[in-house]
Amino acid sequence: MELLIYGLVNSAILAVMAIGLSLTFGVSGIANFAYGGFYILGAYTCWGLFTQLGLPYLLSVILSMAALAALGFIFYWLVFLRVRGMEISEAIASFGVGIAILEFLRWWGFIGFYYNLPGFLKGSVEIGGVFVDCHRLIIIGVALALVIFLWLFSHYTKIGLAFRGVAQEERTALSLGINSDFTAALSVAFGSALGVLAAITILPTGTILIDKGYDALLFALAVGLVGGLESTLGVLLASLILGFAQTAVAVYGATHWMMVVTLGAIIIVLAVKPSGLFGKSKELEERV
Amino acid sequence: MVKEGYRKERLDRGIKARCDSIFMLTSYREILYMLLPRVLPIAALIIIPLVLEVSGQVYWQKVFILACVISLLAMGWDYLASVGLVSLGQALFFGVGAYIAGALNHYLKWPIFLTIPVATLGGALICTLLLAPIIRMRGIYFGMVTLAFPLFFNRIIEATKLCGGTEGLPGLTQFPTIWVATYLIIGALLICLFAFRRIIDTDYGMVLRGIRDNDRAIMASGINIYWVKVQAIFICAAAGAFAGAFMSHHIGIVGMSVFALDMSIMPVAAVVLGGGGTFAGATLGTFILVPLSEFLRAYGTLRIAIYSLVMVVCVVGLPEGIFHYLQRKYHQFDRWVTVEAKE
Repeated sequence: MELLIYGLVNSAILAVMAIGLSLTFGVSGIANFAYGGFYILGAYTCWGLFTQLGLPYLLSVILSMAALAALGFIFYWLVFLRVRGMEISEAIASFGVGIAILEFLRWWGFIGFYYNLPGFLKGSVEIGGVFVDCHRLIIIGVALALVIFLWLFSHYTKIGLAFRGVAQEERTALSLGINSDFTAALSVAFGSALGVLAAITILPTGTILIDKGYDALLFALAVGLVGGLESTLGVLLASLILGFAQTAVAVYGATHWMMVVTLGAIIIVLAVKPSGLFGKSKELEERV
Repeated sequence: MVKEGYRKERLDRGIKARCDSIFMLTSYREILYMLLPRVLPIAALIIIPLVLEVSGQVYWQKVFILACVISLLAMGWDYLASVGLVSLGQALFFGVGAYIAGALNHYLKWPIFLTIPVATLGGALICTLLLAPIIRMRGIYFGMVTLAFPLFFNRIIEATKLCGGTEGLPGLTQFPTIWVATYLIIGALLICLFAFRRIIDTDYGMVLRGIRDNDRAIMASGINIYWVKVQAIFICAAAGAFAGAFMSHHIGIVGMSVFALDMSIMPVAAVVLGGGGTFAGATLGTFILVPLSEFLRAYGTLRIAIYSLVMVVCVVGLPEGIFHYLQRKYHQFDRWVTVEAKE
């Protein structure tokens, strides 16, 4: 029972982390390796607005998401636009920005128990003999809502379809009147905002740590790689697989091995099916 | 720089055209023109340690050695990048080499002249086997997985207490004198530099570059690109593992810091700064970045932030890198020519 509940919570955490990256990378084909940096920066922004300026919590959440979305948009125009199409440069530039953000924050001294975000709900409930924080249950809710949102967004809204169009065939998208630069900038902005949402949802389970930014990037990439980057269903399934595998290892063995499970899963999936469990469109184009 | 009504024209210098096409060197000036770019760096590498010794800069001697070590990693990165594989985890190669050398020396008491070759080849083999399953991925997808590997090793060592766990393996045999260490690493650097440059210019190197530019065309030519990629990874890993094995004997201890992010980012930043594809650019970039990062050591982790930013600025603003710029200036001159007005 413990395994079931905590596995579910863990899967939800992974799914929430992965959604933002999946939106920018899977949907519009931009590898935003600065995701981890934005994730933590958003958490600190929210923390600053809430505890230092004393704004209401909901307002500071919305403001920090808006701020990071704006930052993502600017980041696209300053950095990505200039190296667009050169995947290697895209990866290196965004990775560099992400590390610069994280290490700058570390140097600035944002370390300690002092830095934490409040949960949405206090208290805990008992389910089948296991006590669970209400907050962790909310994470599951958020994850489900986000996955459904992403699927609906990328299949039924014009902007979501434009994102996918740019990812699949940029020139055709252009010829159909989609401004590919604007769309891509928007997708980076959306991805960053979702990253902040993920941070605000997940980080109340502990304190804000710089290293969690690296973890977020790694786990988001792992989920994306296992599930297939452009598939919403893949994100869901991959986070369930990885989440339960990690929790099982943590319950029956050592927590240190959680990382190993993740990497093992990536390698096995890639060796068997290189485009991920549900990846289709990019199978030939980019990977093999 | 923009000048109204003019455009810049670039032309090969006369001496370059002569040395290129006639293929006969007829004067000292031409011989010097051909030799200088090759001999100067070698001479500089051999003389700098002597200068540092005479002026008594022990600290900068160590920095010099570190720069040589990082430049091996950077050249390995450049080599992999020329097959189209972007590694974001050079620390993997470095760390595996360092730990193999450390373990052999610490537990089995093997001497240095055995541990370093064994660590180089064994480390390269292990890294190649680790990366072989993901060889089918291209570009950034490969980078994502390599990014995870060093962190993964860190966690394993932390979890299993293997090879001393978080404490590391202390008391390794060190090189008899600093001169052996210095000139060993300089030799390795020069061998790698010239060997890699030579390999890339051969037909085999053309296959490598072809895989980067259009891998399906290479597959269609009946070449097994995965096998070629495995070979490239092996060579890159061997350079990295040698650097790691050297470093663990040089400082006499091997710990988890060999898998640190520094070791992954520094080589990439160096190649980006110096200019990719030439290996000389990688070396040049390292010899700029490593001393710079030593100056910034007082600022703690801020230096990682600074050289990541250097990397970003270079990728975005100076995509060709310093070396390509110097090379162009050496071989070509430019002048302003008038643009005919549009009638």
